[in-house]
Amino acid sequence: MFLVIDTALIIEKLSLIVVVVLTSLGIALYTTFAERKVAALLQDRRGPNRVGPFGLLQPLADGLKLFFKEEITPNLSSKFLFTIGPALAMLTALMTSAAIPWAGKATFFNREISLQIANVDVGILYIFGVVSLGVYGIMIGSWASNNKFSLMGGLRAASQIISYELAMGISIIALVMVTGNLGLKEIVQQQQDNNWWNVVYQPLGFLIFMICAFAECNRTPFDLPEAENELIGGYHTEYSSMKMGFYLFAEYINMIISSAVMATLYFGGYDIPFVNDAQLQQGALGDWVALFQVLCLLAKIVAFLFLFMWVRWTIPRFRYDQLMNLGWKVLIPLALVNMLLTGGVILYFNK
Amino acid sequence: MNLTTILFIFLSVLALGSAIMMVTRKNPVHSVLYLVITFFAISGHYVLLNAQFLAIVNIIVYAGAIMVLFLFVVMMMNLNIEAEPQKNRLLQFAGVISGGSLLLVLLAALMKTKGTVMIGEGDYGLVKNLGKVLFNDYVVPFEISSVLFLSAMVGAVVISKKEK
Repeated sequence: MFLVIDTALIIEKLSLIVVVVLTSLGIALYTTFAERKVAALLQDRRGPNRVGPFGLLQPLADGLKLFFKEEITPNLSSKFLFTIGPALAMLTALMTSAAIPWAGKATFFNREISLQIANVDVGILYIFGVVSLGVYGIMIGSWASNNKFSLMGGLRAASQIISYELAMGISIIALVMVTGNLGLKEIVQQQQDNNWWNVVYQPLGFLIFMICAFAECNRTPFDLPEAENELIGGYHTEYSSMKMGFYLFAEYINMIISSAVMATLYFGGYDIPFVNDAQLQQGALGDWVALFQVLCLLAKIVAFLFLFMWVRWTIPRFRYDQLMNLGWKVLIPLALVNMLLTGGVILYFNK
Repeated sequence: MNLTTILFIFLSVLALGSAIMMVTRKNPVHSVLYLVITFFAISGHYVLLNAQFLAIVNIIVYAGAIMVLFLFVVMMMNLNIEAEPQKNRLLQFAGVISGGSLLLVLLAALMKTKGTVMIGEGDYGLVKNLGKVLFNDYVVPFEISSVLFLSAMVGAVVISKKEK
């Protein structure tokens, strides 16, 4: 493809990128707050309530604290890689948001704009690829710290993510068999037209995908890379100040993005339930439908985030051999069976 | 010079530069990281050729899985300059000669190819066309290569299994 520079397109995409990145950062900021509140709720406490009304300014206070802490670079670390580790973790976390469709289309300044940063032809694979790169941030950071506990955490993260990627990939194959399409926007449109969300066709696939998403985000019960009673702080033992903050923040952004991906693939994405979106857009509401679609997707994301937190404060951590057994001996065979069943059913009905 | 040419030159310099850095670095972890950058540059070339599927699969398989395992092993072995054994001079010569002859064969094969692909033309690389060609014209080689992969996997499991 010959690239032609189109100023209007560049401005459109740039503003979209800025909005999406800032929104995900903002949500991530308040997800840390929500996590503490949900933890308090589940443990029958009050949670943070001192800074601002209902403790709403708590995330700002936390952020300021991280910024003003002393930054320590270990003497024997590789300085460049030590710095690039958290940056890579953050970069890969944010890059995934490019392929997610946030709403249908809307008209701004007489320009019809599709509310998606890049409509990649192979959207699912793009997200899958970028997620698999996320482990580099952790591995590089942990190796550059020159600390055995960090390295152990990094190695655990790498082996865990590679093991669970297999089951995740196979569950995605079953989904692609149903949709016959790799673009995320097309998958959402199909779910709008079918009236049924993909989770109805792929309940087992969704379950496998969700478990793998938990493992890829290093969330409890799969948070072995940072198991504090075995590895001090895991891969970020040597990190302090905002570099540490970046690692923690990247985890929350990963959670948000995987919630968005789960909502898009299995729960209709920006589809407003029980309503025909296309008819509404033709009718009185016009472009305001796009706003409702964004809100709908956000509501689905928040529901998944609550699930992430609920699980974290309910289920204890796996032992390492249990983790590997679950990945290789339970999830991968289940995903394979799911794929075979899906293929068989599709063949039977198409005959 | 249009934007595509600039991108092509940038990606080529990046690929070649990081490949050379990969060979010359003393620290194996740095070598692995430079190799990852090379894979990214090559994926960029695929995107310029409008082969998005190939680009993404290259990243998933090589950068995302194989290189992570390489990095894993290198980090676990904790290889560094002091631990590196002194290499035999003869072995080094043999390596250079065999590598050079491989390069010669590759160059000769590439010089003979006809039908160069123009940047920015064709849609061979899109998933739909690729799938049709792969599962219609090349079904047998495709299936045979998958059997080959399976046997390699079984072999790896057999080798890594402890003898009792």
